[in-house]
Amino acid sequence: MLVDDKTLTEQGLDAPEDHSGRVLVLACGALAREILALIEMNSWTHMDLTCLPAKLHLRPEKIPAAVQEAVEEHRNNYERIFVAYADCGTGGLLQAKCAELGVEMVEGPHCYSFFEGNEAFAQKAEEEFTAFYLTDFLVKQFDAFVWRPMGLDRHPQLRDMYFGNYTKLVYQAQIDDPALDVKARACAERLGLEYERRLTGYGDLEKALAGAS
Amino acid sequence: MSDDEDEIILADMPDEELVPQMHDDLYDGMAEEIKEGVNILLGRGWTPYRVLTEGLVEGMRIVGIDFRDGILFVPEVLLAANAMKAGMAILKPLLAETGAPRLGNMVIGTVKGDIHDIGKNLVTMMMEGAGFEVRDLGINNSVESYIGALNEGDIDILGMSALLTTTMPYMKVVIDTMVEQGMRDDYIVLVGGAPLNEEFGRAIGADAYCRDAAVAVETAKEFMAKKHNRMGAGA
Repeated sequence: MLVDDKTLTEQGLDAPEDHSGRVLVLACGALAREILALIEMNSWTHMDLTCLPAKLHLRPEKIPAAVQEAVEEHRNNYERIFVAYADCGTGGLLQAKCAELGVEMVEGPHCYSFFEGNEAFAQKAEEEFTAFYLTDFLVKQFDAFVWRPMGLDRHPQLRDMYFGNYTKLVYQAQIDDPALDVKARACAERLGLEYERRLTGYGDLEKALAGAS
Repeated sequence: MSDDEDEIILADMPDEELVPQMHDDLYDGMAEEIKEGVNILLGRGWTPYRVLTEGLVEGMRIVGIDFRDGILFVPEVLLAANAMKAGMAILKPLLAETGAPRLGNMVIGTVKGDIHDIGKNLVTMMMEGAGFEVRDLGINNSVESYIGALNEGDIDILGMSALLTTTMPYMKVVIDTMVEQGMRDDYIVLVGGAPLNEEFGRAIGADAYCRDAAVAVETAKEFMAKKHNRMGAGA
């Protein structure tokens, strides 16, 4: 059974103890549910999943070293390790680290891009750079990833310093869940932004994992 | 004991206690107290420049160190910056009147496709506090916007900021255009933003990557000193 979102945020997810798969997906905790859904949907029984804590996203500079440590820990137990991170604010350093370690990773700047499809996202960038994106996981963990780290629980007057230049919140839905739609709309209201929902599904994540099989 | 008895009366403090108290107030983001402290020191005959450097800039320097060391986080730094801004608003017109030292002129802006300006605004404020005249171009700046501002004359430093991996390469577009137009060497180019690093700064041909506002100020001062030395040697 998958751990809860709070555990995925704070601690991540351990690899199965029996190392039954041939390929290990080393992912961000924010992608755990989506990757497990894809593994089940596609019957990728050769694939195991382990996740680093999703909260690393708040300190992207720590991601490359954390990925390296995890790759080194697991590499003897698997034929292949695939890193399910995009650049994620590391400014190319994660790509360089993966190249050094000889492992592949997901293409693209971040999950907002690959969920929508990197090409489609890049095409929209010109007119959509004032959008703030949330995924299913981030809607569920909005307080842990946005509200509290930005201090908005303690200092709501800072909201417009952070979000004054944004115009809308785009909720990229991976699954069709009306309850998350309601929650995402409430997040937009809290940030003082227009709201838009897009059902993206898993976008390029599915292609990337299929390529890693 | 009543709360009133605990209350700190800034006006009753001698200078040597008031200034550290202002540093504490700045650290705690207390804008009203900072405004009061600034006015008290001005009323006691301090020059605006002295109030700025000893009262505000020194306080923000402490905030910067604790931010770098992971003791303070972005929300607290923003509150401190807001308090400093409130003090600066009183001092700025007075500084212009009293002819405070000017270290150089800077143009700064966030690059095209990027709307993030928190870091840029902090750099602007700290550069102004250090004695630089800063023209802030705001967010989403094209090459034309940067070059146009530089061509308006008397600029020493170009500062570019980006928060996104997808927008930071635009800095190279700007620098390459400056090279094409034969104007690159006329300016000190400083770059900054969360996903950047020193290697990126070097790769795109900037003079320096600045990891935070305090480093930006120190780097700008160093480059300006070198520039003056070169000009002095060539004279």
